[in-house]
Amino acid sequence: MSLQDTKPLIGRVQEVGGLVSLSEYETGGGYTAAHKALKQMTPSEVIDLVREANLRGRGGAGFPTGVKWGFAKGEPQTPGYKYLVCNGDEMEPGTFKDRYLIKFNPHSLIEGMILGAYAIGAEKAYVFLRGEYHEPNRQLARAIAEAREKNYLGRSIFGSDFNLDLRIHLSGGRYICGEETALLNALEGKRGQPRYKPPFPPASGAWGRPTIVNNVETLCNVPAIIRNGAQWYHDLGLTDDAGTKIYGISGRVNKPGLWELPMGTPIRELVDVHAGGMRDGYKLRGILPGGASTDYLVEEHFDLPMDYKTIQDAGSRMGTGTMILMDDSICPVDMARNLQHFFAQESCGFCTPCREGLPWVEELLADIENGNGKDGDLELLDQNARYIGAPGNTFCLHATGAIEPLQSALKYFRDDFEHHIEHKSCPYREN
Amino acid sequence: MSAVELISPLTDEERNEIEAEVAHLPDRESAAIDALMIVQKHRGWISDESLRAIAKFLDMSPASLDGIATFYNLIHRQPVGRNVVMVCDSVSCYVMGADSFAVKVQDHLGIKFGETTPDDCFTLLPIVCLGACDRAPTMLINEDLFGPVKEDELTEIFSRYS
Repeated sequence: MSLQDTKPLIGRVQEVGGLVSLSEYETGGGYTAAHKALKQMTPSEVIDLVREANLRGRGGAGFPTGVKWGFAKGEPQTPGYKYLVCNGDEMEPGTFKDRYLIKFNPHSLIEGMILGAYAIGAEKAYVFLRGEYHEPNRQLARAIAEAREKNYLGRSIFGSDFNLDLRIHLSGGRYICGEETALLNALEGKRGQPRYKPPFPPASGAWGRPTIVNNVETLCNVPAIIRNGAQWYHDLGLTDDAGTKIYGISGRVNKPGLWELPMGTPIRELVDVHAGGMRDGYKLRGILPGGASTDYLVEEHFDLPMDYKTIQDAGSRMGTGTMILMDDSICPVDMARNLQHFFAQESCGFCTPCREGLPWVEELLADIENGNGKDGDLELLDQNARYIGAPGNTFCLHATGAIEPLQSALKYFRDDFEHHIEHKSCPYREN
Repeated sequence: MSAVELISPLTDEERNEIEAEVAHLPDRESAAIDALMIVQKHRGWISDESLRAIAKFLDMSPASLDGIATFYNLIHRQPVGRNVVMVCDSVSCYVMGADSFAVKVQDHLGIKFGETTPDDCFTLLPIVCLGACDRAPTMLINEDLFGPVKEDELTEIFSRYS
C-alpha cells in the first residue's frame, strides 16, 4: 500500500519528499489515467465517473464537478471551440493549498486538466495563476514544457485524435478575479469585473465560448478518480462528502500547516492533533472555517466534521477548507475591521452596496475599535450586513462573502462590540 | 510638444515578447495585461508614455488600457525603487501580528507604505494574502517570499537587496 492510496493529492509529494518530477510522477502511476481515458473512454464516460465519485468543487462553492462538466457537453464540437480554465487565483485570505499543489505536484494538475479538457471537448486550456505566485509559476511552466516534450500536451496526445494547448495566464492581482466571470474578463485582458449571469460560463465564457472553470485542487483529484474508480474515491471520505480534502490551519497553533485528510475530519482533530494544539497561553475562541469570507464557528461547533453539508448546516461554509483561528488575545472587533478592510479594498467597485457599503462598514468598525463608537452603531452594522449581504443586491457574491464573517462576529462576539462602545476603548490593547 | 514625444517607444525585445502573447490570443487587446506586465518587467513601472506606447501597439485607446492598468494591484502606475517590498496585511498575518510587524518594516526602511527610499533601493507596499499563511507574518521582496519573518532578521534580509 502506498501513500497515494489514501492521499491521492499529496501522497506522492510525501513519498518523494518534495517536488514531484515528471519521472517520479510517472513511476507513481502518473499519466496512466490520461492514457486510459484518451484510449479507452469516451468523454461522457469520464464525466459520468467524476459525477459518480461525487467530486465537489474545492474552490469554495462545492458544486459537483461532473455536473458542471456535463453543462458544457453537447455544445458544438468544433475543435478548439471550448475552453477549460483552471482557477489558480488563490487569493482567499487564509488559503494556501493551491500554492502547495502547484509548487510540489504540478504534473497532477496538468493530468487533471488533460482529463477535464478531454471530458468537455476543449482543445485549449489556461491556468489562471496569481501574479504573486512566482515559484509555483516557475514549477508549472517547467512541468508544462516537460509534458509538451513527452507529447502529453500538444497534438494527437497518446496517439489519439485529441489535442490540447495548455498555457498559464499570470494575474495582475485582484481578489475579485477568483470569481469565475471576473476571472474570464481578466483572462481576456480586461478589467476583472464580474459579468451578469446568466449566461453562465459553460454556455458563454472566455471570448464568448463555452468555458468550464475549475479550482486547482478539484482538477488534481481527477487522475486518481479515473485510475481507481468512483467507489474507491467515495470510501476515502468519512461522511457523505467523498474523497480527501486538503485542510489547512493558520493562527496561534504549535504547527500551522496543510494536511490531506479524509473529507469530514473533525475540526477539533485538525486543531489538536494535526496542528499540534494551541500555543501555550492561548485559547481558541473562533474559527473562519474556509477562508476570510466564511462565517465564524465557535466552541459549540468544534466537534463537527469538516464537510460541505455539516458546515453549511452549522451556518457557515467549508469554503477552501483552510481555517483561520482566532485566539483569545485577538480583538474580534479589530479582526472584523481587518477583514472588512480587505473586502472594501478588493471590491471591483461596480455595484453601489459593495463599493460604498463596505468602506462604510470598515469605518464604523474602526471607530468602534478606536473608542469612538456610538449608540446605534451596532444596529447600523446589523442593517448594513442585511442589506449588503443579501444575494441579489449585487452582481456577484463578493459583498455577500464579505458580510459572512461580520454577521457572525456580531452574533457570537456581540459582548465585545458592546463593551467597546460602552467603555469607549478596546480591552485587548495594552494600557 | 508633438504627439511623438508623448510616447516612449517599445523596444524590440518588448515587442517580441508581447507579440508572442498576442500569437495565441483571439485579438490584440486580449494581451493587454500581459503587455503591461512585460513592459513593467523591463521598466519597473508603467509611465504615461509607456502606457500610450502599449495602447498603440495593441490597437486600443490609452484610456481603456489605463482602466485596466489601474485595476490591478501588481501593475505600478507610479515609479518604484529597484526592489519592491510587499508586506501582507490580510487576516492570517494579522492574527500573527502583521500590524506591529508592518510598523517595524517601516521603521527599518525609514519610509511609510507607498513610499520609496531616497536612494531608490526599496519601495514599500501593502499586499493582500500571499497564500503562505502557515508562515505568517509574510513578506514578498520582488519574487522572493519570506516567512515567518522575525524582526531581528530584517537587517540581514534587506542587506541582500541593497
